Amino acid sequence: MAALIKISFTLNGAHREIWTRADRLLVDLLREDLGLTGTKKGCEQGECGACTVIMNGEAVLSCLMPAQKAEGAEILTVEGMADTKGLHVLQESFLKEGAVQCGYCTPGMLLSAKALLDKNPQPDSAEVARAISGNLCRCTGYASIIRAVKKAAEKKSNE
Amino acid sequence: MLAGGTDLIPQLRQGDKLADLLIDITGIKELQLIHEQEDWICIGAAVTHAAVAAHPLICKEVRALAEGCAHVGSPQIRNMATLAGNVINARPAADGAIPLTALAAEINIVSPAGARWVPIEDTYRGVGLSHIDPSCEIAKAVRFKKPGSRAMTGFFRMAKRKALTLPIINGAVYILWDQSFTKIEKARIALGPVADRPFHPKRAERLLENGDLTPELILEVARQAAEEASPRTNIVRGSDLYRKEMIRIYLARTLHSLRAG
Repeated sequence: MAALIKISFTLNGAHREIWTRADRLLVDLLREDLGLTGTKKGCEQGECGACTVIMNGEAVLSCLMPAQKAEGAEILTVEGMADTKGLHVLQESFLKEGAVQCGYCTPGMLLSAKALLDKNPQPDSAEVARAISGNLCRCTGYASIIRAVKKAAEKKSNE
Repeated sequence: MLAGGTDLIPQLRQGDKLADLLIDITGIKELQLIHEQEDWICIGAAVTHAAVAAHPLICKEVRALAEGCAHVGSPQIRNMATLAGNVINARPAADGAIPLTALAAEINIVSPAGARWVPIEDTYRGVGLSHIDPSCEIAKAVRFKKPGSRAMTGFFRMAKRKALTLPIINGAVYILWDQSFTKIEKARIALGPVADRPFHPKRAERLLENGDLTPELILEVARQAAEEASPRTNIVRGSDLYRKEMIRIYLARTLHSLRAG
């Protein structure tokens, strides 16, 4: 049995302190210890992107991330995207453009797209495709997702 | 020792490697820097591929390295995985290590016996095997001579898709012109994955030296490099003959693009 350790970090804007196993991966800390199952487990080897979260502004894979690396970090999961006013503009756009089918890739897609828009508010289609190139979707064929990200960017810039 | 973890975590999960204790070095400020030190460019061991690919100094001075790093894994992997880790993982197709090989890069290894700079080529022991022992050594940085205004670098890569795929072949070229820009003084070519480690086609490099980038010489160099490389027939990557031919074509294209400036 691995030793227990305490991890302090900011999760979706709120400070958290949690005791967990020293060998925990971030994805398991989120899903099992904190019950935030929006972050998905897909391939568990860093290929599918379903477990993507944003850590200190960068999209990273929580399935390859020892939970201890979260110490002191700021982490955003899909649960932190909507606020009291409603869904995030990307989430609304995904719904409107039919960019969600089975939905398994959607949380990871949303976070990769958010990491892109936070740095590059007006990406072209190629930049969107590149930003989501580490997120596999077996339903949509990607066209609707790329459209949704671009429409969300337009809407954000008009606000 | 743990840096990005993108290779180590799956290896631990599959039981290929065992560790009682992991020490994460990525929080050490000194290891997070890209900086110039006299005529060297030095990249700390915690610097990710994304940081290398986006760094103004690297984009300006060493285009081949910026391009190579921009092709590793996926955006998320590039945000986590380190360039030094790309060397230590010792894969012959590593898109970060291939340009470093063409740049004759060195890696700083610290052990209880002290610190030393080692040419990265001397760290390879076989496919996926490095002489650097993460149980008792730390890599602190990689460095290479700043190419400068007389040098050019190029990178190429052929893969089945544009993203998230290992290369069928890849390569990097470094060329240093003489003072008058008429003759090549020094040339280095690195190719992957055509051997158990990043591979120098030495006869092709010698052909370039003292030459100019004439169309005839480019043809000859590319043909010679393809002859020296020994890619294996592989169900994912294609036959040896096909891959040799692709080395010839992609290397010639890269040299032509350097010729065009």
